Amino acid sequence: MIPLSWYLIVAALLFCIGLYGVLARRNAVAILMAVELMLNAVNINLVAFWRYLTPERPIGVAWAVFVLSVAAAEAAVGLALVISVYRNRDSVVAEELDSLKM
Amino acid sequence: MESVPRLIFIVLSLLTLVSGVYVVTSRNLFHAALFMMASFLGVAGLFVMLEAGFLAAAQLLVYIGAISILVIFAIMMTRRLMQTSETPYNKQFSQSFIVAGLVFVLLLFVIVQVWPVTEGGAPDVPAAVLQGSVIELGRSFVDPNQYVIPFEIVSVLLLAALIGAIVIAWPEKKQ
Amino acid sequence: MTFNILEFLKSLLALRVFDYMRQVWAGKMDAGLVEAILDLVGILVVSTFLLLIALFLIWFERKVVARLQDRVGPNRVGGKYGLLQTVADVGKLLTKENITPAGADLIAFNLAPIIVLSAALLLWAVIPFAPGVIGANLNIGLFYVLSISSASVVALLLAGWGSNNKYALLGAFRAVAQLVSYEIPMVLALLVPILLAHSMYMQDVVANQSVWFIVWAPLAAVIFLTSALAELGRTPFDLLEAESEIVAGFHIEYSGMKFALFFAAEFINTFFMSALFASAFLGGWRGFGAEQYPLLGMIYFLIKVFAVYFVIVWVRATLPRVRIDQLLNFNWKFLVPLVLAMVLEVAVIDKLLPAGASAVTRAGAHLAGQLLLALATLEILRRVAHQRRLAAMGELAPAEEEVEMAHGEAHPAPAH
Repeated sequence: MIPLSWYLIVAALLFCIGLYGVLARRNAVAILMAVELMLNAVNINLVAFWRYLTPERPIGVAWAVFVLSVAAAEAAVGLALVISVYRNRDSVVAEELDSLKM
Repeated sequence: MESVPRLIFIVLSLLTLVSGVYVVTSRNLFHAALFMMASFLGVAGLFVMLEAGFLAAAQLLVYIGAISILVIFAIMMTRRLMQTSETPYNKQFSQSFIVAGLVFVLLLFVIVQVWPVTEGGAPDVPAAVLQGSVIELGRSFVDPNQYVIPFEIVSVLLLAALIGAIVIAWPEKKQ
Repeated sequence: MTFNILEFLKSLLALRVFDYMRQVWAGKMDAGLVEAILDLVGILVVSTFLLLIALFLIWFERKVVARLQDRVGPNRVGGKYGLLQTVADVGKLLTKENITPAGADLIAFNLAPIIVLSAALLLWAVIPFAPGVIGANLNIGLFYVLSISSASVVALLLAGWGSNNKYALLGAFRAVAQLVSYEIPMVLALLVPILLAHSMYMQDVVANQSVWFIVWAPLAAVIFLTSALAELGRTPFDLLEAESEIVAGFHIEYSGMKFALFFAAEFINTFFMSALFASAFLGGWRGFGAEQYPLLGMIYFLIKVFAVYFVIVWVRATLPRVRIDQLLNFNWKFLVPLVLAMVLEVAVIDKLLPAGASAVTRAGAHLAGQLLLALATLEILRRVAHQRRLAAMGELAPAEEEVEMAHGEAHPAPAH
């Protein structure tokens, strides 16, 4: 049998890998990918808690489905932004998009 | 036979985590997207181990079938800039590493405090309950006492994202 | 229980051989090990059967297309009917040189054919061949099919990108645009059998068809077949590999066995869509005496699958290829709104019917609803075409009219 904490540790590791990617990568698409990893880590937690703590009521699964839909919306809008920025500024590096800075 | 699930768990976790590391470190963005898919596949496997078959299929459908394809599409459309050989990291990558490491230590500390690491397992639930969880899930989405409002809000969000993505990516007319 | 060859053969005929082996091995071996061995055997049998039947399917398709075009088709290798033609072709492909283009992305280039074929084989896990004969009776049955087939789109992108060839990349772009778009009507059309059967288990979907679902919901069946053709990338929707435009699309750079894997996957996928259509709309293994003799059920099932396969080949031999803009306009402005209205219609009618209604009553009510919806759609199309003709005769610029017309098409009123 697998203890609940194993799932939580894997999720925590995946979350931190994603966090590192978000903070350290230059490319906007790479940052988006790292965000998706973090959302996946959250989903592992939600499903693990559902299976171990409340298997009769699908609370965790329901919220995981919501996370899934939000991730899809985020990816669609985020990538549309990346393509729009690429067209206008000829760059996909997040740091160079600083025209709002004074 | 006791150790077989543990072995499968370890293999799936390694697939997820090693691919995850590749995603954030790979110079070649296209390969990063491929490894992201492998990572999603590992997570889907973990969902199967947790007996959430519906969510595993949804993971395949949404993450691999839609989001990864969208990401690869974006990489292909901006491929002129993706093939650069300069560093994939910004100036703060060492600080980021420390921050991510600290967050992990904090999370690990909390997890180990609350949940036992060596023993314990999923509670035994009759197979019928787990099989019927899809039906329960479907009901809870349309039950006024449960998730009907979040469900409707998510559907509006998806519509807004659909329209927003089209408006943002629409090529501007030249004056 | 000891092993007995006669009993074994009897269980083989009754398609109960796994139950028999379980009885034989009970007590002698660990239960988990027995299940693992039996699962492995099942996987081997099904995938070998599929890879072998792909050979026959290629011959069948060439022969049928030849007949429809007033030719003879393969007739030299292997007797009068050229039955061994594909075997010879496979032998040729196996001995061909395996070329990797310069500058190819090796991971993507080599991974793509493997993913394509494994996805094609994985799909078969949930197809009920006969009563009680199914790889995995999942509680999410049809949903599993959708998730696997959507994941296989990735392989086409990998092939297109990995080949380092602009035609391949163009083919991959087209493939994604087409496959992702047509997934929507296909998924929603498959929702109709689920709604009618009140279950996502494939076995339940088949078992509930005392009247075939094609009678209940002919519109759903037609929409499913159309979008399945587009999903498969077969004529008239074979834009992903249009030979005359982009040479061969995503698999232009593949040669030898890697090409053969793509080719086999295409035929296995087509066969799968026929099997899915037969299971979801034509009653699967149901037929006279199928409950008592599962083998008979399997024969009925295969007959139905081949009938659907014949229709798909027939369409291929009859219709020309459409243009990419026609393809996408047809999907987004006609199929998707229609299928949304249809799902709504089926759900409402199903809710209005009393719970204890017999299958025939329910089938009749659903059929009436579907026919009404079809008539309403035809009426809207007729008016739109009428307006378009008037506009063409008048002095109006047709470009503006077309936008209007598309708008009108996009909202077929529900039938009630």
